[in-house]
Amino acid sequence: MGEPAKVAAARGAAVEARIPVTVDAGFHVNSNHPSEDYLIPLKLTWTSLGALEGGEVAYPPAKAEKYEFADKPLSVLSGAFSLTVSFKVAANAPSGPGVASGKLRYQACNSNTCFPPKTADVSVAYQVQ
Amino acid sequence: MSAFRFSAILSTALALGLFSAGCGGTVEVKAASLKAEKERKTAPDFTLKDADGKVVHLSDYRGKVVILDFWATWCGPCRIEIPWFMDLQRRNRDRGFEVLGVAMDDEGWEVVKPFLAELGVNYRVMVGDDLTAQMYGGVDALPTTFLIDKTGKIAAVHVGLASRKDFENGVEQLLQAPAPVASAGAGEPVVSLGAK
Repeated sequence: MGEPAKVAAARGAAVEARIPVTVDAGFHVNSNHPSEDYLIPLKLTWTSLGALEGGEVAYPPAKAEKYEFADKPLSVLSGAFSLTVSFKVAANAPSGPGVASGKLRYQACNSNTCFPPKTADVSVAYQVQ
Repeated sequence: MSAFRFSAILSTALALGLFSAGCGGTVEVKAASLKAEKERKTAPDFTLKDADGKVVHLSDYRGKVVILDFWATWCGPCRIEIPWFMDLQRRNRDRGFEVLGVAMDDEGWEVVKPFLAELGVNYRVMVGDDLTAQMYGGVDALPTTFLIDKTGKIAAVHVGLASRKDFENGVEQLLQAPAPVASAGAGEPVVSLGAK
């Protein structure tokens, strides 16, 4: 895990975090709204927001891709994309640094193989001014 | 109220190593050919419970040709193969052939049983665990399917969606192979003819 980017934000300010994700070439992950019920969606959840509030996640537009193992095109994400998260700094937030932590759950496949769902740690570092 | 824009850095491991564990980045779908008998290794025995709670040992099936399929409900390619296995089971059950499914869903029977009922799966399915997966090399990529000969040895491994013909040909070849002769050689378990 690299060092999270740090930002300075005033109390009450709206902040937006962009979380870049890259999927290896030849693989895809299900989008946040998979086209089949049995598929596991991409989902970012926050376990600790610290002095931030909200944390609503905007997922990128999915692609409809056809694979040999499915009758219909699947709603997937591949390559490089970003999740955008909207926060608000709490009005009573103490000055100083903090980190919002979350978990990104994903399930990946290639054209003929799937891999078990996994969860990756995500963190957003902030500095309340 | 000003809006700030900032980036949270996901680890490089997350971004680039999403699928590296256990699969080496690429997965090759292997050809149908069976291994030569002398190159085959004994399939590890396991003890798992089926949907009825009955204990299943792979060794119970010594003397039969077995398809051992590791799969999961969330795995699209697995869902393509399962009806093929149901058909193979239906056509070859009386010829000394069995399909065994090992579901690798973390949620276990809660999600597996409804799926089995929905499809009307006609062969025994167990819920797998880490130990079973480790015995078979990790089984991180699904489906992973082992063709096991009458002596309990692995004759072929298919990682990923294979062709129906590959399975049919493999099973037929193994069924037509001569039945093993019981022996008690050093280091080898006694071969039992027919399932218990």
